[in-house]
Amino acid sequence: MSSAEIAVSGTEQRSVIPTLKLGTFLLMLPLLLWLLLLIILPHVDLLIVSLREVLGYREYAFSLQNYAEFFTEPLYWNTFVRTAVMSILATIITLIVGFPVSYYIAKVMKGRKRNLLFIMCLIPFWVSELVRTFGWMILLRESGVLSSFIQWIGLVDGPVEFLYTDATLMVGLVYTSMLFMVVPLVSVLDTLDDSLIEAAYDLGGNTVSILREIVIPHAMPGIASGCIVVFMLTLGNYLTPTLLGGKDSLWFTEQIYNQFITRFNWESGSAFGFLLLFLSSAIVFVGLKLSRQTLADTVK
Amino acid sequence: MSNQLDLECRQLVKSFGKFTAVDNVSLEIPKGSFFSILGPSGCGKTTLLRMLAGFIEPTAGDIVIKGNSMLGVPPNKRPVNMVFQHLALFPMMNVAENIGYGLRRRKIPQPEIDKRVADVLERVSLPDAGSKNVDQLSGGQRQRVAIARSLILEPAVLLLDEPLGALDLKLREHMKVELKQLQHEVGTTFVYITHDQSEALVMSDNVAVMNEGRFEQVGSPQDLYYNPQTAFVAGFVGDSNRWSGKIESVDGDQAMVALDEGGVIAAVSGTNSSMGLGDQVELFVRPEAITIERSTSSQDGAHIEDGKNTLTGVVENLLFDGANSRAQVRDQKTGHQVTVSLPQTGAFSDLVSGENLRLSWSVDKARSYVSSAAAKQEKAA
Ligand SMILES: Nc1ncnc2c1ncn2[C@@H]1O[C@H](COP(=O)(O)OP(=O)(O)OP(=O)(O)O)[C@@H](O)[C@H]1O
Ligand SMILES: [Mg+2]
Repeated sequence: MSSAEIAVSGTEQRSVIPTLKLGTFLLMLPLLLWLLLLIILPHVDLLIVSLREVLGYREYAFSLQNYAEFFTEPLYWNTFVRTAVMSILATIITLIVGFPVSYYIAKVMKGRKRNLLFIMCLIPFWVSELVRTFGWMILLRESGVLSSFIQWIGLVDGPVEFLYTDATLMVGLVYTSMLFMVVPLVSVLDTLDDSLIEAAYDLGGNTVSILREIVIPHAMPGIASGCIVVFMLTLGNYLTPTLLGGKDSLWFTEQIYNQFITRFNWESGSAFGFLLLFLSSAIVFVGLKLSRQTLADTVK
Repeated sequence: MSNQLDLECRQLVKSFGKFTAVDNVSLEIPKGSFFSILGPSGCGKTTLLRMLAGFIEPTAGDIVIKGNSMLGVPPNKRPVNMVFQHLALFPMMNVAENIGYGLRRRKIPQPEIDKRVADVLERVSLPDAGSKNVDQLSGGQRQRVAIARSLILEPAVLLLDEPLGALDLKLREHMKVELKQLQHEVGTTFVYITHDQSEALVMSDNVAVMNEGRFEQVGSPQDLYYNPQTAFVAGFVGDSNRWSGKIESVDGDQAMVALDEGGVIAAVSGTNSSMGLGDQVELFVRPEAITIERSTSSQDGAHIEDGKNTLTGVVENLLFDGANSRAQVRDQKTGHQVTVSLPQTGAFSDLVSGENLRLSWSVDKARSYVSSAAAKQEKAA
């Protein structure tokens, strides 16, 4: 009887699996469509566009000229490097500012105060990025709040322009990215058992060594995912560099925008887009390798 | 002084706002002894231990370790180490790194650390576990690693917070013996917290019974078991039959107690203080202090016969547990339920429920304590 039962359940299992697969497929269909229509197709199209050369009206030929142009024109190249370096710097600063904040929220604060602090990190993100950036402009421009204030307390005589410098740009970028660093860090630090920290302290550890040997290794997946998100967002940010960095601030997304919109040069715009994609992937890859994390760890 | 004290607490108090978690606790632990603090959940054991370890500052009182006051000394500077309730092994390190953590913090050269880690692993009988990951170990092995991690630092006092709590029963029995053995070998003073009386009784040289932040009684396990000084200790340590009643007459160190449910029992005072007429008391009789006989006589309530307390009842439940078997006997007249141990000779192995039994126990096995509830009421009135 038992063998018969096994046989029955065996066939049942076999019949269950394909239906399950179909069910999963149907469930995933919206996601797959979204991936295909909004991500894969446009990218394939961009790739094709980036690899062609305009010979005349509706006459195209395959060429790598768009990519070659990028490497031969120092302006593009410089902007590219500058964007990468500034983005890395912004990511590091966001991490340095965000880590203590997250630690404080996750480990020091308890109950309602903790929720309040967390909400306070969230609140700036309830308004659009554009409004937030204009907020900074109101504060920092020549006739702005900060300038008037330091004139009023007599620190300087005339109005001071804080906008359109790299430092201001950095402040804006860090501010915009903060939440995306704090959220993964808080959630990863939440899972760190307090007794581990106490045990380390009990065994003779001090603040620095506990941070280095216990807290950071535990928080590494959160640090990595926070950094990836912040880096990607910063690298692809358009609004903040344009508004806070001013005309002289060169950001690679602006170059892409210019190619597409100002110069109607879709071919080189697409090529730049792809180069940005490669750049960000490469930097993330190197970052993961250096921190000995895998992409799988970061989404745990 | 030959009997040097490793740890001393003087009138230690810890309050959280209005709530007093540890209330005026004093203790002295001689060098090399195994000291347990036994108490129900929430009585303040962990709070007391965390004060010893330095994680919380006492509200009042002093902690003296090896003659030095520990007030204001942070945990990483105290000569005590703690084994945490949930062990707190570092998951980011392997076993050897876990155990070597404290030595690394003391800037001891790596070859020396390796040697000492190997030694201590040998001692806790895990010689090959060094390169394993923490999550590859079984519960008992993790336990030993946690203890080794603290022991390697050769602390003056090792604090253990219910370290066997997470283990299953069989393993717990095993680890009890092993821990005692280990303590004996290394000679470190252990302060062991538990709510499991059997752990405390089996392992300790001395046990403090704690209730609601206070020490009820400190003494050897035998002392606590045979000579409990308060109703709480009598009820908490070991199993007891418990009755309440009122003292009817006092005759020397004996008193006649009229039980609330009816019947009369002769009892002695559990404490050194004498008993007063009319006091509301709690009575405790251990199941193994009761002698049983088969009886055919009609039922009658508790009374004195041949200078012994006697009671006849019907076997209601048989709780077979090998050498630890019991029977629950109900005196049908008054509704008392009495638990008795069955003799280990097997004389009553054929006992069935429904049989009549005659129970008797000598007067000095019935210990009475003035009931604290009544005492409190009197105070309030
Ligand atoms: N930080 C704190 N703030 C307020 N009350 C606390 C705090 N820590 C502990 N308590 C209270 O002190 C009492 C004793 O707690 P403690 O953790 O010492 O109990 P315990 O004896 O270790 O119990 P268990 O056996 O369950 O571990 C509890 O009633 C608890 O609510
Ligand atoms: Mg506890």
